[in-house]
Amino acid sequence: MIVELGHYALILALLVALLQGVLPLAGAATRNWHWQSLARPAAIMQFLLVSLAFAALAYAFQENDFSVRYVADHSNTRLPAMYRFAAVWGGHEGSLLLWLELLAVWTVSVAIFSRQMPLAVVARVISVLGLISTGFLLFVLTTSNPFERLFPVPMEGKDLNPLLQDPGLVIHPPMLYMGYVGFSVAFAFAIAALLAGRLDVAWARWSRPWTLVAWVFLSFGIGLGSWWAYTELGWGGWWFWDPVENASLMPWLVGTALIHSLMVTEKRGSFKAWTVLLAISAFSLSLLGTFLVRSGVLNSVHAFASDPTRGVFILIFLAVVVGSSLTLFAWRAGSVSLGAKMAWVSRESLLLSNSVLLVVATAAVLLGTLYPMVIDALNMGKLSVGPPYFNTVFVPLMVPLLFLMVLGVRARWRESTLQEWLHPLRSIGVAALLSGGLVALYFGWSWGVAGGMALGMWVVLGTLEPALERLRKPGKIPLSFFAMHCAHLGMAVLVIGVTLVKGYEIEKDVRIAAGDTVTLGDYSFELQRVTEVMGPNYVAKRAEVLVKRNGDTIATLYPEKRRYPSTAMPMTEAAIDTNLWRDLYVSLGEPLNNPAQEWSMRFYLKPFLSWIWLGVLMMVLGGLLAVSDKRYRRSVEARLSGVPA
Amino acid sequence: MKKIILVPLALFVVLLAFLAVGLRRDPHEIPSPLVNRPAPAFSLHTLQSGQSLFSPEAMRGKVWMLNVWATWCGACQEEHPVLVSFAREGLVPLVGLSYKEVQASDEPAGKPLSPEDKLAMARMRSQAWLRAKGDPYSLVAMDLDGRVGIDYGVYGVPETYVIDKNGVIRYKQIGAVTPALLEQKIRPLIQELNRS
Amino acid sequence: MKPLRLTLWGRGALLAVVLALMAGLVMAKEAVEVGEEPWVEARMLHLSEELRCLVCQNETLASSRAELANDLRVEVRALVKAGKTDTEIKQYLVARYGDFVLYRPEVKPVTWLLWFGPFAVLLGAIGMGWLYVRERQKQTSLAALSDAQRARADHVLNPTDHP
Repeated sequence: MIVELGHYALILALLVALLQGVLPLAGAATRNWHWQSLARPAAIMQFLLVSLAFAALAYAFQENDFSVRYVADHSNTRLPAMYRFAAVWGGHEGSLLLWLELLAVWTVSVAIFSRQMPLAVVARVISVLGLISTGFLLFVLTTSNPFERLFPVPMEGKDLNPLLQDPGLVIHPPMLYMGYVGFSVAFAFAIAALLAGRLDVAWARWSRPWTLVAWVFLSFGIGLGSWWAYTELGWGGWWFWDPVENASLMPWLVGTALIHSLMVTEKRGSFKAWTVLLAISAFSLSLLGTFLVRSGVLNSVHAFASDPTRGVFILIFLAVVVGSSLTLFAWRAGSVSLGAKMAWVSRESLLLSNSVLLVVATAAVLLGTLYPMVIDALNMGKLSVGPPYFNTVFVPLMVPLLFLMVLGVRARWRESTLQEWLHPLRSIGVAALLSGGLVALYFGWSWGVAGGMALGMWVVLGTLEPALERLRKPGKIPLSFFAMHCAHLGMAVLVIGVTLVKGYEIEKDVRIAAGDTVTLGDYSFELQRVTEVMGPNYVAKRAEVLVKRNGDTIATLYPEKRRYPSTAMPMTEAAIDTNLWRDLYVSLGEPLNNPAQEWSMRFYLKPFLSWIWLGVLMMVLGGLLAVSDKRYRRSVEARLSGVPA
Repeated sequence: MKKIILVPLALFVVLLAFLAVGLRRDPHEIPSPLVNRPAPAFSLHTLQSGQSLFSPEAMRGKVWMLNVWATWCGACQEEHPVLVSFAREGLVPLVGLSYKEVQASDEPAGKPLSPEDKLAMARMRSQAWLRAKGDPYSLVAMDLDGRVGIDYGVYGVPETYVIDKNGVIRYKQIGAVTPALLEQKIRPLIQELNRS
Repeated sequence: MKPLRLTLWGRGALLAVVLALMAGLVMAKEAVEVGEEPWVEARMLHLSEELRCLVCQNETLASSRAELANDLRVEVRALVKAGKTDTEIKQYLVARYGDFVLYRPEVKPVTWLLWFGPFAVLLGAIGMGWLYVRERQKQTSLAALSDAQRARADHVLNPTDHP
């Protein structure tokens, strides 16, 4: 019954979404106040209906209702409760329902936090979001219905894919989707502005906080995904340039360009058309990512089970959404004013270079990701494009970006001169180069380490210096100041972490028996024993490894090799000991003889690996600080107290 | 400045076209570079005990098929009845390549098996299996360490090759041979090769 | 209770057990690396990090635990020891498994767009950016401030506080 209720709720949601998508938009075009004011109630109605459907599916999982095909395919009675909830988005159909739920959340948030905007604008934005919802609801109801029944009802479900039975599943997809879907708000604002024919500063001011929040979620989601891969996959890697990873990175890169470009549009009225294009592109890349993951077009670990019909639907949806928005752009954006004057050397021009570099990087990642498919489509063979390509192409683009970051922070709007910065920057530059060189010389020379450290220190020193200087001066400092510096520092920390890990990590792949020791640097790893343990829904071989540093025991690690009854592939659970200076990573392989006396195991010493997560968290914090800036809080407070902002 | 505003749309249309074509392709299917190349030479012991070795040259002048299999391979078990009934027709000789029958986990601790012991174990297991499930092979070559498999680009047993009278590989199937595949691809190919 | 008296056989057995236990301790050693000499291992790892595992299809040959990956790593080690260059080893694998096995696509006409595309796009983008900024210089601007006026205005407005 509940399941049917959920299904009906979705159908009703489709109808509401359709109304939400059409009427307010028509109302804005015809100045019909009544239709425009349907926007907010429709958004709230949709949120309630989609949430009902989502709750119904979650309920079906909790109650182990295996008469629902999706539940039977992704759960079983022995699945721990936490994963039974997260399994709602463990498969294609449910993850689309998650997408819809989060889209409804964003839409209703726009409905609530938009009192300071004219009704016509709000109507247009909510309409566009409604149209997107309509598309996804149609997709779900026609090709990917999570409420489909299964007869005869099996006694036991198949089980959630063991790779997903990890705390990461509980937060990574929701965070990531909050980011993907969040860019639809920036997109909606851009489309609303184009439709109104008013690409002005106000639009940029309104859409900036929404874009920032979406960016924060996406950054956090990508970082979580990376961390999860690191802890779960067992081979010590954290970024693989896998097509699905790239599908999340591309909107992030464009999103970063967008938040910087919005700054220019808001402050100086420049780059209007470009910012609109970036907003359209960010969401388009989100949609493209959805297509790539679900259509079976690319070879990836993450891809959902693919189905050509689904692929065709999403492709048509993509064509309609992106095609019409780019057509609208071509039609309306050509006649915008250029904005205030801008010198060759100015904050604007530096932020322009930020856009250029990020967009070229996105294009490079897109090219590399799609190239195998393109070559295959042209019948020119099958080739692979992997990390060596992406690293070769992406890193050189990031170098000038990081270099210019320091200049951009110092440059003044409208016009700035090199002389202003040259003196302090000279000493910072020398310090950065020296530190890079010294680190590389001391720990083992490599150009990569020297360069990476120099760049990281350039950003650290170049960001701390103006920050400290400003702190010394009197006067209140807005949160956005700290936000910017925190995020930029986070980038530097990330770069330093990556440089040192790549430069100095040690890996040993050994055959080891109980009692043997492996040494990596100062650390020794002794295998004590391998035992068999039972988990709630798996059987595992667990190794006990004693870790010592210079003779003192510092940790015991328990890597496991789990066998879930539902799948033939054994799952590796790596054991990690982490602190700020290094990660110790051990993973257990296969027994090498029968009965097992020797095992294949991998041991890694990864210096400064946690700096990668730290860097991402700092960027996320920076974004959150930017959103909590007084300007935005003021308008939220105003709305909550009923006073016009 | 006006024309340039159409560029994003134009690029998108091109992208869309590629995606549409890409939907019909299977990115997991990897064609073998060995097709239309001479079958790599090898010289291996066979299932029958005794010292006689088998080489692909022995099959010159005949169209034949090489089927890579092992008793530990699940998909091979599914494919086996299809091969047995196909072999009964006697259209072409079917040579089996027993691929890594003896695995590392079969070896007792600390004492790797000698090649002779491995061969004996492999023979015993394969013979028992074929006795139970039917033997479609005119003979079986024993690739114990997988080197021949590597030369033939084997990465997912079962795999099947169709080789022509001059010892050139004409077709490679990765994965189980199905009756449909036999009808649509393999039979016509064999007939065509037999005519030349 | 009778005191325990060991016969010659008993003592011998006890000694044998003790010796066996000691042998166990002595046998515990530095675990053997799967490969051999460090330089072979280093080159093998360097190569296999750029090769694709065909079984899993989404892992490198270096990190894959698949049986075939193991075999191919052994093969690569043998080729390294035989003095083959990196190119020759890659060719060996491509001849058997196709271009698919290379994660770093070769630079040949089919991949020129891939390798040179980003650079071309970068040059194009820089060009367009430059043209744009130049276009903006031609704009008539507000009356320019003198340096002193500008300094005063900056002091009042403090633009760097509001990024």
